[in-house]
Amino acid sequence: MGPWGAVRALGLALIAGAWFFAGCSQAERADLVLHNGPEPETIDPQILTGQADGRIASALFEGLTRFNPTNGTAMPGLASHWDISADGLTYTFYLRPDARWSTGEPMEADEVVWSWRRAVTPATAADYASQFFCVRNGRPIVNGEIRDTSRLGAEALDAHTVRVHLENPTPYFLELAASRVFFPIPRRAVERLGDQWIRAEPLPCSGPYRLLGWRVNDRFRLARNPHYWDAAQVTAERIDILSGDNPSTALNLFLKGEVDLISDRKIIPGELGPELAQRPDFHRFDYLGQDFIRFNTTRKPFHDARVRRAVAMSLDRPRITARITRMGERPSAAVTPAGAGGYQPPAGVPWDPVSARRLLAEAGYPEGRGFPVVEYTFNVGSRIYEQTGVEIQAMLREHLGIRVELRPLEWKTYLAEMSALNYDFIRGSWVGDYDDPMTFLDCFLSDSGNNRTGWKEVRYDRLLQAAAAEVDPQRRLGILREAETLLVTEAVPVTGLYSHVGLYAADPRKIGGIWPNRMDEHPFFSMRRIRP
Amino acid sequence: MNTAPSSPERQALLRFRRNRWAVAGLIFLLLATVLSVFVPWMLAIDPNQGSDSPFTAPDGRHWMGTDIHGRDLFSRVMIGTRISLMVGAVGAGVSLIIGVGWGLVAGWRGGRTDAWMMRSVDVLYALPTVVWVMLTLTLFETRCVGWLSERWPSSIPAFRLAAMMVSLGSVSWLTMARVVRAQVLSLRERPFILAAQSIGVPPVRLMLRHLLPNLVGVILVYLTLTVPAVVLYESFLSFLGLGIRPPQASLGSLIADGASQLNPVRVRWWLLVFPAGLMALLLAALNGVGEGLRSALEPREGDGD
Amino acid sequence: MKSWQARLALIPVLVWVVATLSFFLLRAVPGGPFDRERASASREVEAALKARYHWDEPLWRQYLRYLGNVIRGDLGPSLKYRNHSVNDLLGQTVPVSLTLGAMAFGVAMGLGLPLGTLAALRHGGWADHAASLLTLVGVCVPVFVLGPLLILILGLGLGWLPVALWGSWKTAILPTLTLGIYFAARVARWMREGMLEVLKSPHVQAARAKGLSETAVILRHVVPVALVPVISYTGPMLADLLSGSFVVENLFQIPGTGAFFINSFFSRDYTMMMGMVLFYSVLLQVLNWMSDLLLRWVDPRIRS
Repeated sequence: MGPWGAVRALGLALIAGAWFFAGCSQAERADLVLHNGPEPETIDPQILTGQADGRIASALFEGLTRFNPTNGTAMPGLASHWDISADGLTYTFYLRPDARWSTGEPMEADEVVWSWRRAVTPATAADYASQFFCVRNGRPIVNGEIRDTSRLGAEALDAHTVRVHLENPTPYFLELAASRVFFPIPRRAVERLGDQWIRAEPLPCSGPYRLLGWRVNDRFRLARNPHYWDAAQVTAERIDILSGDNPSTALNLFLKGEVDLISDRKIIPGELGPELAQRPDFHRFDYLGQDFIRFNTTRKPFHDARVRRAVAMSLDRPRITARITRMGERPSAAVTPAGAGGYQPPAGVPWDPVSARRLLAEAGYPEGRGFPVVEYTFNVGSRIYEQTGVEIQAMLREHLGIRVELRPLEWKTYLAEMSALNYDFIRGSWVGDYDDPMTFLDCFLSDSGNNRTGWKEVRYDRLLQAAAAEVDPQRRLGILREAETLLVTEAVPVTGLYSHVGLYAADPRKIGGIWPNRMDEHPFFSMRRIRP
Repeated sequence: MNTAPSSPERQALLRFRRNRWAVAGLIFLLLATVLSVFVPWMLAIDPNQGSDSPFTAPDGRHWMGTDIHGRDLFSRVMIGTRISLMVGAVGAGVSLIIGVGWGLVAGWRGGRTDAWMMRSVDVLYALPTVVWVMLTLTLFETRCVGWLSERWPSSIPAFRLAAMMVSLGSVSWLTMARVVRAQVLSLRERPFILAAQSIGVPPVRLMLRHLLPNLVGVILVYLTLTVPAVVLYESFLSFLGLGIRPPQASLGSLIADGASQLNPVRVRWWLLVFPAGLMALLLAALNGVGEGLRSALEPREGDGD
Repeated sequence: MKSWQARLALIPVLVWVVATLSFFLLRAVPGGPFDRERASASREVEAALKARYHWDEPLWRQYLRYLGNVIRGDLGPSLKYRNHSVNDLLGQTVPVSLTLGAMAFGVAMGLGLPLGTLAALRHGGWADHAASLLTLVGVCVPVFVLGPLLILILGLGLGWLPVALWGSWKTAILPTLTLGIYFAARVARWMREGMLEVLKSPHVQAARAKGLSETAVILRHVVPVALVPVISYTGPMLADLLSGSFVVENLFQIPGTGAFFINSFFSRDYTMMMGMVLFYSVLLQVLNWMSDLLLRWVDPRIRS
């Protein structure tokens, strides 16, 4: 009787499975289906840090300003207009009288100020609270030096006017106001549910869409928000935003027409990039991100700037972009991508193996003799990092006679080892939070948690301070350039490899209202399906 | 064991030689082992040496084409075979020694011993493999590599490989133990065992001479499953960045690399077909040898048991 | 029957041992849930975050707190997915993996048992060789090759089936096949082995001598005993199947538990990882217990 019992159990299991599917097969297609990459860690605009997380949040919420879909600059959002004082230190925003939450409740200036105060409170644990450092008293509050958050330089003049006092003239403040951590959040829901307010049902939203459903590792289902001030522009009734981190799957879904838009380069198979970039439905653009190498300046042999420069000079960057990344990335020895806020970064160390060998000899390693075996650490995740490592290994062997071992680490170990300065030289990358060189350069301040090279240089810190205080934009960029020259040409605790290229997939005959831009911001309010 | 003219060993050898598949498999395995050890030297092509001709299809110069760095795939496949054979052998060895021993003792002793032994297998089973492998490898990296680099810096890669194989092997014997134990439980009550017991055959001899031969079948089947499982697990680890260190290669890591060629846009078939094909051939050979051994070693009715 | 009950009672103890071991093993791995690419805004912010998850307490205290919560049925908040608790995540994903796993189990048994039986009955013949070849392919083609291959042929090439996602019954076919074929090959190997083992044993010959028809001999005397290796393999196999496959769920973008096994480890989402360990070990212990029970029932010669 044994086997027949098993067979019967199997049959039952199959029937149960079939029944399960019959129950949930009402999967009618949404007006727009987007593939958003990995499951968001959180969609709370004050807490989130990931790009995928940010995209969901910006479908549901909006700031006083919002990003212009064509070029990523700021345009009116919940505030219809604003005044800026002549010294660039005071911003007055005028809230739209018709700004409402999706639950119908009005949004008032008080709520905006309250939201910002919450964001800077250390107990909220907002990683991006540092975006408030340019606001008066923002830094000391986040650092816990001032406990009274009402001293933050933001006040409600009346029900519809918010005034912000800045610490320094900040040319990118309007873009900051469009970023997630500056989104006003629904005060009543937060007071009711605390840090899990985002799970409120219904969730009060201020953006073009409201949340209907959220299934982990599957999808977000959103519906048009009728209370959105610009609801007339929003044509899709319902959108699905899929979560998944396998690039080939995203591509297959797109090619089969199940997905209308893949919004992230990371979920488009990297090794097919060059072929896909040829297609009319894949769009390539320069993007505000940079890959570079950090040197551990506290450890032999890279404690010697000559050795770091020698290595930086022997890296044939065009070879890496032509053979490995192959998407038209710009080779660059700087840490700032060209054009951030109208800025032209210095060229950094030149490609010059002959001088590199001389430098290495000066440092005591003629022809690489006596040079210890060094490890190049990188995180696993993309084959590209490994392949870049293999090329770097070959280049340094060829040009400097140095032996490099490759050390792949999974993500968290990589981060822990990098923060603990437990490496020789290591892959790094940075994506700008706003369109200005400062977002890259302040990583390498002596006391920055993002420095991770052990390099401390008072001269560099002073230059960045001077730049922050400078009112004249051109002079400011000049000072920043001087600082970056010190960083990537003289001291070289870090040397650039290439600037990133963004890529998204959308058939221009089917999807409209989306444009490539260097901020990789593709706001949802303008996105629409083109009906034949 | 005696070696009389028509000893069981001789008969087994004869039976093995009569099995065409087994002999062919054995020859192929030996050939692959020898080739993977010697060919990389003979070719004088460094498997890690890049060139300016990436992604060339197979031709007279590069028999299996080249990869993204322009490295010769043929020499990489050979090197990879060597490493994968080693990984597979260690996995099989550990399953064979620990797994069979554990299952045999547990099944034979039964009762309390059996319960303890099998419950500890259950506990180990439930520990997440990735965490275990990861932990042992990280501990090796943080505790041992520093120490080693003062003494034998040049042999660190070899130690690292050994650490990975031990770590993989340490979790590969669990199913073997379970399967062997179940079989022993069933064999224990058979007449021939009971008879041997009643005439006072000592337990160790009983296990080796009477139980083990009857387990040859399951053991071989499980080995032919373990070897690919361990080799593929290594490729999964490589995929996660915990396996073979680049630029080294294993058959598994080459297959993991080649798997991305299964896409609807552009297919560079050689990157998958050669490593995967070789892997399939090796496993087929292994299978054939397993079958041959099985029919050669298993006791026949009337063999006196 | 006593020992079987004792064994059942032992399960919570085993699960506790596994949980304790995993808890401390996990903490020994470098890197933590709050190591991020972007440093926190300030030390103060970082400290607030750690305090929220009791990260500032000594490890033994965290362990006791965790244990206490688990006993009360609360697996804690996920350290990565900050809007979800572990209970919430498991509640959403476990039914999906159970469904997929059960169907794949059906395929594995449905293909594997007949194939193995056929191969054994025609031992050494062409049917045996053909079956061996098939199972060989199943054993040595990794899931991460088989899955994309099936997608390429059936999903994109012929366009018969959806390439991913989880919804209608159609979407379940490819993942079920991928997972099922992989295990079917193993089941077939075990079945063939079990059959060969039994076919030559004296009690089968005795049954034949009694004049029973060949079919009756095979169904009544051979198959049940031949299932021994299959059944002892079934416990772990079914636990693997039901707890979700990382590769398959990732490839077909299925919202099951498989993703968490690997991902929560890599993101050091300790609470989620512990949730998975608990889920898996309970499943495994119960299934192993059941498979041992089944073994005894199928093969009465087994006594403990």
